[in-house]
Amino acid sequence: MNKLGQTPSQTIGPYFAYGLTPEQYKFDHKSLATPFLLDVKHNSKDLILLKGRVFDLHGAPVDDAMIEIWQVDQEGVFRTEPHEGFISIGRMGTGTVEGNLYEFTTCIPAPEKPGLAPAINMIVFMRGLLSHVYTRVYFDNLHMQGAQETVFFDF
Amino acid sequence: MNSSENKRDWESHPPLIAPGYKSTIYRGPSQPLIEVPELMKPGTGPIFGMESVSPLDHDLTKNGIKNGEPLGERIVVSGRVLNQNGQPLKNTLIEVWQANAAGRYVHKRDQHHAPLDPNFFGAGRCVTNDKGVFKFYTIKPGAYPWGNHPNAWRPNHIHFSVFGPNIGTRLVTQMYFPGDPLLDHDPIYLAVPEKSRERLISTFDLDLTEEGFALGYQFDIVLRGNHSTPFENE
Repeated sequence: MNKLGQTPSQTIGPYFAYGLTPEQYKFDHKSLATPFLLDVKHNSKDLILLKGRVFDLHGAPVDDAMIEIWQVDQEGVFRTEPHEGFISIGRMGTGTVEGNLYEFTTCIPAPEKPGLAPAINMIVFMRGLLSHVYTRVYFDNLHMQGAQETVFFDF
Repeated sequence: MNSSENKRDWESHPPLIAPGYKSTIYRGPSQPLIEVPELMKPGTGPIFGMESVSPLDHDLTKNGIKNGEPLGERIVVSGRVLNQNGQPLKNTLIEVWQANAAGRYVHKRDQHHAPLDPNFFGAGRCVTNDKGVFKFYTIKPGAYPWGNHPNAWRPNHIHFSVFGPNIGTRLVTQMYFPGDPLLDHDPIYLAVPEKSRERLISTFDLDLTEEGFALGYQFDIVLRGNHSTPFENE
């Protein structure tokens, strides 16, 4: 039995950028996580661009979401410090690129465990979302776009 | 380890759609979340960002100084990050951001008619120590109006982003202050189930208060599950 109750989530709100993604939004503060997981100067042959948008119920692109991606490298290892030009966590807001895109430079990961397809874990935070939601990005016919909206996970 | 004990407890967290907070109606997923199979559950996760946190990052009263001290009431905010067994989670990255004493954010999109403070940036971060303890120095944030409903005001709050042992423990939340009359009128706070709301309110702490300098507020954070933080290089 767990003794303590979980601290509840609250929305990230509209003003996260100067704290969580400052370099992207041109604030004078160092970013701890950036849209660049793979350093192209180190490795350009495995580079992929992962781009996308977040849409609301009305089909309007969201311009104040923050996306985090978490993935293992091509050896299946989670890198919390840069390793051969790769780090496992990326972060980007949807408020700076035309069309409200998020845009990560990364690589296709190895399967995280035997029997799994390669996938990138994605977390969506935004104003209007009281608890963040998780989804996964696949690279083949397997994909997680539902007929009406993206499938989000609980685990 | 019973993995069900490591799940997000939806009786503690706000729902994805809470009509009092209007934008949840068109931004919260309308379909139920899908339970992922055991195999797909994430493994142990990161110690992240430690090397990148610099010495002034935990002191918001100093990290934005241009030509003087920031205005407002100096406070110390400290607490522990724990798992649900009450074990401290060390080496956990905490990022904070907040409005200034006048209720104005540095963010370019904040157009609230209140002054910016040239000496206050309003963002910081730190990593918990071996006892799971974090500590920030900052200025008490002001309340500010927002457009959710007529005469809507956000209570004083500090935004927290916390990593914890893995992707499942990731948490973004807001810390509130005791006795704030706006809490009873705030649909973001009120979206939290009643039994767990108080976990978001810091407590005034005279022992933490620094004589002649700053009032102390205690805010413990409990992340889901019974994981512990991995050792460095593990």
